[in-house]
Amino acid sequence: MRTRLRMWALLTGALALALPIPSWAQLTTSQLQTWLNSPAASSHVGNITGNAKAGAAPYRRYCVGCHGPLGDGNGENAPYMQPPMFQQPRDFQLGVFKCRSTPTGTLPTDQDLFDAITRGFDRTNMPPWNTLSKQERVDLVAWVKHFSPRWANEKPGTPIVIPPEPEVTGDRIKAGRDVFARVQCWKCHGVQGMANGPSAATLTDDLGRPIAPFNFTDGTRPKCGDSDQDIYRIFMTGLDGTPMPSFADNIKPDEAWDLVFYLRALMSQHSKEKEMAKKLDLKPVDPNAPAGQQ
Amino acid sequence: MTKRNKFMAVLSTMVLVSCGALFLGQKVNAAGEGKISGTVKLDGTAPHMRGIDMSKDPYCVKANTATPAHLQTVEVGQNNGLENVVLYISEGWTGAATTSTEVPVFDQKNCMYTPHVLALDAGQTFKVVTSDQTTHNIHPLPNPMTGNIPWNQSQPPGAAPIEKSWKNPEVIPVQCNIHPWMHGWHVVVKGPYATTDSSGNYTINNVPPGNYTVTAWQETYGTQTQKVTVAAGKPGAADFTFKAK
Repeated sequence: MRTRLRMWALLTGALALALPIPSWAQLTTSQLQTWLNSPAASSHVGNITGNAKAGAAPYRRYCVGCHGPLGDGNGENAPYMQPPMFQQPRDFQLGVFKCRSTPTGTLPTDQDLFDAITRGFDRTNMPPWNTLSKQERVDLVAWVKHFSPRWANEKPGTPIVIPPEPEVTGDRIKAGRDVFARVQCWKCHGVQGMANGPSAATLTDDLGRPIAPFNFTDGTRPKCGDSDQDIYRIFMTGLDGTPMPSFADNIKPDEAWDLVFYLRALMSQHSKEKEMAKKLDLKPVDPNAPAGQQ
Repeated sequence: MTKRNKFMAVLSTMVLVSCGALFLGQKVNAAGEGKISGTVKLDGTAPHMRGIDMSKDPYCVKANTATPAHLQTVEVGQNNGLENVVLYISEGWTGAATTSTEVPVFDQKNCMYTPHVLALDAGQTFKVVTSDQTTHNIHPLPNPMTGNIPWNQSQPPGAAPIEKSWKNPEVIPVQCNIHPWMHGWHVVVKGPYATTDSSGNYTINNVPPGNYTVTAWQETYGTQTQKVTVAAGKPGAADFTFKAK
C-alpha cells in the first residue's frame, strides 16, 4: 500500500513536471532522472525485470539510427524509408502500436513489445533483435515506454483470451471461408488474399501515408507473427495505426479459429490446411453474392 | 411495530421525500435556466460540392441512386444558413463536463456518416451503429497526445452498436478505410453545445446566467468567437457569418 502510494505520488509528480513542456520526450535531465528512479521506469517479461536506465545504452547503440534520440521515428536513416516501398520507423511518442495482444485502443503489454523487438517486422527495415540478450531486450522495452506519456497515464489493456486451437477439419476450413465472406476481408485483401480488393489501392495509415494490405499469396510473413495464435490475435485485436480494424465484436472465438484455418489455406506456404482445401476444391468467395449466400 | 417506531418511520420518509423534492426542484431550475441561440450564415457563393464516386462498392452505388451523394464539407440551406456548425462555450463555463445523459447516435447509412458532424460533451457516451449491408470499419483519428486514444473497429452488416466516449475536448476526424470517401467529425467540447440545422439555426440549452465566449466551428472555415451575456430571464444571442473562400 505504501509503495503503491509512493508510486502514484511519483507518477503525478513526474506528470506535473512534464506538463509545461510540449513533448514528453524532451524532459530536462533532472526530470528524466526523477522518472528513471521511479518504479514506472521498469518492464516485466516472464521473470525478467527490465530497467529503463539500462535500456538507454542499447537504444543509443542499436535503435537510435532509425527511431531517433527522441523516439519520434525521425532518426537519421528515416528519410530514406519512404512509403510505399518502406514503412517509416515507429513514432514511440504516440504510444500507438500494431502488434498487441490487447484490444484496439489500448496499450500493448511488455511482452508484446518484447515480442516485436525479438521478431522484427517482415518487409521492413526492422530486423529481428534476437541476437541481443533477453535482459537487454527487456531493458529496451522499459526505455521505449518512456517516450510516450500514455504509459504514465494508462495501464496496458487486458490481453484477449485465445482458446486452445481445435483440430483442423474440412468443415472448419469451409466455415472459415464463410467468415471471410461475411465480414468482407476481401474488400481489402482480395477474394484470393492477393491484396487486390476494391479498397486496397486507397488505404492510408493514421498519419495519411499509403499502406498496403497483407498479401497472403506472395510468401511473406504477417508483420505481427506467423503462428496460428499470432494470426488469430491480428484480426481479433486489429493493428492500431493502420486500416486493419479489430473484429473482436463480430467474430466468435470458435469462428476465429475457422478463419485462421482458411487464411492458412490461402497462404502460399505449404500447410495441412492448404492440402485439405485443395481436396475440397474450395473456390474463392464471390464478392457479388448477397449476404449469407456463398 | 410500536407506535413510536411507526411515527419515526413516517417522519423520516417525509424528510427524505421533501429533500428529494427540493433536490429535483433545483435540478429542474438549473435545466430551465437559460440559453444562447442564433443563426450561422455563409457570406458569398457556396463552393461546389463534388459528387462522390462509390464504384468501389456496388452496394454503396445502389444505395445512392435516388439522391446522388456529394461532399459535405460546406452544407448551405435556406437563406444561406450553414449546416453542421458546432457552437459551444469556449470560455466562462464552470459547470461539470458531462451535462447530458442523452446518448447520440453516429450512423453509417448509405455509405455516409449520419450526422456528418457529431458534437459531444467530454465523457458523454455515444453509439456507433450501421444501417448498411456492407462492412465498414469505424476509425476515429484523435491525436494520442491529447489523451484521446485512436481505435479501429469493424462493423459488418447487422453488427451490434459500439458504445464509446471521448475523454478530452478535441476535433476528431473519423474515417472508414474500406470506403475512403466516408469522412465525418466528432467535435468534443466541454459543457453544453449545439449543432446548426439545415437553416443554420442553433440553440445552446442549459446555460446559467453569466458572461461567456461562444465559439462556432465549421470544418472548412475554421472557428469564430463572440462574447455573449446570459442574464436571468434574458437568453443570450449570437449570430455568426463565415466568408466563402
